[in-house]
Amino acid sequence: MPEITRQEVEHLADLARIDLSDAELDQIAPQLSVILESVASIKEAAADDIAPTSHALPLTNVFREDVVVPGLTAEQALSGAPEVDQQRFSVPRILGEEA
Amino acid sequence: MSDTLLSFEESLEKFDPAMGLEVHVELNTNTKMFCGCPAVFGGEPNTQTCPTCLGLPGAMPAVNAKAVESAMRIGLALNCEIAEWCRFARKNYFYPDMPKNFQTSQYDEPIAFDGYLDVEIPARSGEGTETFRVDIERAHMEEDTGKSLHVGGATGRIQGADHSLVDYNRAGIPLIEIVTKPIMGSREKAPEIAKAYVAQLRELIVALGVSDARMDQGSIRADVNLSLAPAGSGGLGTRTETKNVNSLRSVERAVRYEMQRHAAILDEGGSILQETRHWQEDSGVTLSGRPKSDADDYRYFPEPDLVPVAPSREWVEELRGTLPELPREKRARLQKEWGFSDLEMRDTVGAGALGLVEETIGAGASPQAARKWWLSDMARRANEKGVDVADLGVAPTDVARVQELVDEGRINDKLARQVFDGLLAGEGTPDEIVAARGLEIVSDDGALGAAVDKAIEANPDVADKIRDGKVAAAGALIGAVMKEMRGQADAGRVRELILERLS
Repeated sequence: MPEITRQEVEHLADLARIDLSDAELDQIAPQLSVILESVASIKEAAADDIAPTSHALPLTNVFREDVVVPGLTAEQALSGAPEVDQQRFSVPRILGEEA
Repeated sequence: MSDTLLSFEESLEKFDPAMGLEVHVELNTNTKMFCGCPAVFGGEPNTQTCPTCLGLPGAMPAVNAKAVESAMRIGLALNCEIAEWCRFARKNYFYPDMPKNFQTSQYDEPIAFDGYLDVEIPARSGEGTETFRVDIERAHMEEDTGKSLHVGGATGRIQGADHSLVDYNRAGIPLIEIVTKPIMGSREKAPEIAKAYVAQLRELIVALGVSDARMDQGSIRADVNLSLAPAGSGGLGTRTETKNVNSLRSVERAVRYEMQRHAAILDEGGSILQETRHWQEDSGVTLSGRPKSDADDYRYFPEPDLVPVAPSREWVEELRGTLPELPREKRARLQKEWGFSDLEMRDTVGAGALGLVEETIGAGASPQAARKWWLSDMARRANEKGVDVADLGVAPTDVARVQELVDEGRINDKLARQVFDGLLAGEGTPDEIVAARGLEIVSDDGALGAAVDKAIEANPDVADKIRDGKVAAAGALIGAVMKEMRGQADAGRVRELILERLS
């Protein structure tokens, strides 16, 4: 029986940068458990010899030729940015989260 | 705060190093990995973007066929298996260098896996070279990130910055990440093997023509994982990952530094913190980045917007057929053809002159003459100018022509150096310089005879010795004639004329 704990939901919310209140956590954790349960019922339908599927269509090798196509101008690219400086996206300082 | 280090020798007495090297290669495709934006270096900020590489809602990625081909060629050149079927995956993290909030990469299904690169290093015996096999775990496809400028900090570093400015021109440029298996048993050669691996991997990439392969511009980047285990234990200790290692020399230095730093901590009974560290080019140390943490929970999952890549075996074999002669094999073949000793070959390669020597020989010079000019004269001049010998501005065809003039007896080695002076000063072709500077050797008996007579007259005692049969003394008279003729006399003919007159 799949179950997701309150701590796991809290951790996932943290990773996804979603700020959840205690009340929300209390509410969402059991809901997610129900969702996982429902999804898990697929396992009953799928026999062991059926490989997990990630794509709905049986397609492979959909490629694009290596040819340049016009994109956005810098103005267009930056038009939705809350802040712009030196033709760059200005973002809040990054602390301890270096990739 | 500086780290305590154990000496390199003592660290080896007590511990065995294990390394893992991750090399990112930026491909030189025309376009990015998943969109048609140009993948070129150095454009004005944010002028090479589109909704896909900016991660705007609704944008759909499409895989660059050329990038897949380059990835497979790299894999094949590294003796890897090519996956029959593999997928892209999302690596989820929040960091503004990736506007999508995930990097499209490959997770447990890399395009290439289980290969090796045989790395040549100077032999432990001190003579010739030996081979060390570095096993390749995988090579996978992913995309590069944007570039951040950190503003407000003291040194442009992330620590203490107020905010960051991001340019997404680089975001989405195709990257191939090549990961080794743990490199064990390298012992005191560890720093050298790490450097040789990156250097020879770079050569391979150059031979394949799939990347600009410029470490200084970041088109090849290395991360060095290192751990120590008690000597002889055969185990693996806790590792650190050192990033920002952007030159071959730094690869060697970073391995050495981390070995000594780990050894000092372990020797005092401490334990290594598993963390990311940053190499400091100027001070030659590594600085702590951040510990591995929850943020490394990337929650990979198969990329739903891209269908799997399933290269047919025909395609794989077709690409295998396009592989160039590998650098190591080529070196072995050329050494044999040229009759170079191991030392001569190593010096040639070490001076970055292999291609130049090859082209000079191709243009007609003998292997020894080509080597002589590039490794003595040209290497010295390049060194004086502080440039690579390849960037000196002298073409292999020019060197071959100068040698041809020497072989024809029209100039000698000394005059040849003046021709090279002229070439570097942009005075034209070797023939033009010889003519303009009046460098051609005089072998005309009239002019030479007069100079010989003058020399005999000026050095009667030497002349007497030669008359007495001391032929070796002729050298002094030849010198006098050469001086008189400003070095432009045919020394062989001068000798004949002296001996004719004094016998």
